[in-house]
Amino acid sequence: MKLVQSWGRLDSKLHQVVLLTSPQQSKIEIKEKFPGLAFGNGRSYGDICLNPNGFLWNTQGLSNFCSWNPETGRLTTEAGVLLKDVQQTFLSRGWMLPVTPGTQLVTVGGAIANDVHGKNHHAFGTFGDHIIRLWLLRTNGQEIECSRSVNSEWFEATIGGMGLTGVILKAEIQLKQVSGPWLESETIPFQGLEDFFSLSDSSESKWEHTVSWIDCLAGINTRGIFMRANPSKHIEREKTASKPKKIFFTPPISPVNKFTLSFFNTAYYWIQRGRSGKSIVNYKDFFYPLDGVLEWNRLYGPNGFYQYQSVIPRETGLDATREMLKEISRAREGSFLAVLKTFGKRPSSGLLSFARPGVTLALDFPNRNVKTLALFKRLDSIVEEAGGALYLAKDNRMSSKMFVKTYPSLEKFLPFRDPGITSSMSRRLFGS
Amino acid sequence: MLDTQPLFRRIIIVGATSAIANQCAKIWLTAQSAELILIGRDELKLKQITSDLKIRSPQSSISSIFVNFLDEKSIQETTQLICEERLPDIVLIAQGALPNQEECQHNLNVCRAALEINGISPILFTEGFAKFMAKADFGRIIVIGSVAGDRGRQSNYVYGAAKAMVHRYIEGLQHRIAGHCHNLSILLVKPGPTATPMTRHLQAAGASLASAETVALEIVEASNKHKTQLYTPKKWGIIMFLIRHLPSFIFNKIRI
Repeated sequence: MKLVQSWGRLDSKLHQVVLLTSPQQSKIEIKEKFPGLAFGNGRSYGDICLNPNGFLWNTQGLSNFCSWNPETGRLTTEAGVLLKDVQQTFLSRGWMLPVTPGTQLVTVGGAIANDVHGKNHHAFGTFGDHIIRLWLLRTNGQEIECSRSVNSEWFEATIGGMGLTGVILKAEIQLKQVSGPWLESETIPFQGLEDFFSLSDSSESKWEHTVSWIDCLAGINTRGIFMRANPSKHIEREKTASKPKKIFFTPPISPVNKFTLSFFNTAYYWIQRGRSGKSIVNYKDFFYPLDGVLEWNRLYGPNGFYQYQSVIPRETGLDATREMLKEISRAREGSFLAVLKTFGKRPSSGLLSFARPGVTLALDFPNRNVKTLALFKRLDSIVEEAGGALYLAKDNRMSSKMFVKTYPSLEKFLPFRDPGITSSMSRRLFGS
Repeated sequence: MLDTQPLFRRIIIVGATSAIANQCAKIWLTAQSAELILIGRDELKLKQITSDLKIRSPQSSISSIFVNFLDEKSIQETTQLICEERLPDIVLIAQGALPNQEECQHNLNVCRAALEINGISPILFTEGFAKFMAKADFGRIIVIGSVAGDRGRQSNYVYGAAKAMVHRYIEGLQHRIAGHCHNLSILLVKPGPTATPMTRHLQAAGASLASAETVALEIVEASNKHKTQLYTPKKWGIIMFLIRHLPSFIFNKIRI
């Protein structure tokens, strides 16, 4: 048995870890060692990737590329390959993943199971939108190849399906043609949520990537930094390779508190404000700023942290976001990382996908137990009332009632669950 | 037999399906295209790895050879064929299997197989290549040993004995070429427990192991610097120093 934590480090529980090393061996292992759950690189924040006292099928041994077509940009890869590996291998040939989350240290399988999104949702949708085919292994040994046209119901259930429909062995991904690693970006400070929405609305047709950092402690005087970027046409310049820093230990007390937060947020706002304007940035710095500090999750101390990410429809988005920020500011809670972004109108491919038209707010909260959970209760009621939902990849404590209410395709999903797969999250939300 | 492209470095990997070897191959091919010859026993896995590496490095020439790892005749023929065609720049010898110690104690067939695949096979391959490379005073040979070879321990002494044999063999080979070989370097790698399929049971038991990627990075770096011995991750150098120097009356009381 091995102690395993998810990225939020809220607790660490014993698991029976089984390394999957090839599709053939996976078939034998999961047929014998179940019920279990596929585990990639452990970057999910909450309990979606945990199965305490049970089996965890570690997919990192499924790390081969299977086929590549340089004409069409279609890549078939095993599920344990990291997005970083895809980006590094194909960028020099003019191809990139069309959609990636804020870290490239997640596996392809994990990105599918959580149907992750990036800063370009309004232009390119979610990760699942670029999956052509999937190969799914059920714990009864059945292998299902599915796509939008073949076994499409399995395809829809598996994208964003929390790994509960089977083990994703392989996927065919459509990469996107790019001219290089550089982006032309623009940084614009803003005051007030109205400003944010108007910047978002006016940027989405012309800018591929948009995202905002906000000062979550500023309350009703919300201020923030809006960032937008487009892929740059052939720019030749040297990128100085910097070695990622690493947090080597977990401080006994979290340095994230109301004083440091307030200081950081104010300082960050003014520094970024000073840097406003246009610039050329490398894709790694723009897409994955946190990957530069390995194990940054230790900064929240031994109690770990929550990330609370919601999506609210546009009609209620402004008021609900304002309400949420008010609650957070009142509680003097929050973090360095507070991200606000609008999702585009395209519906997601998966039955349980998170991304849907509206505005999404993501915040980290140091775990202060009852106090933090009480705040979340208040935020939950704002989200629910506004017709929104929480992101399963980040969640660790939403009630089953809220889940049922906010994920309308749940009934359609249920028949596709693999009875040999269970997780902390599935037990919390589905009861099994 | 092989599509030789003389401008490329020629890299031979024996036991190419090993996770550490596979990571080394990825690192070498990321740095520059190469002519890679993968030698292995598991045909299906070798095929998967070959096609993966071909996608990663389409400019490289990558081929695979199946060899009986315990048949000295096949090993001799293979090493001779490769070296006579063109001397390798790098040879990585990485095959191995971690046996169950208790099974080795009860079943001498298992015991012999463990000694052969972890001890005799790597030595035969190394000797096969060294014959040509020492004569030409050219290239780098990297052999993966183990920290288990540093001192016999109740938990894995059959495996450890095979690895100790490799250690002594490499020591001798290094001694043999010292003085007259200046361009051939021989590196013995001693990885601590690494997260690979071989240590699946240790991982399941909760051991916190180094990643194959980390180990491979250190191997490539050490080989580039023409080092002769590497403990990886580096802390294992200190740990094994202490274990080697523990007096028997204390050592024999510790169950490791």
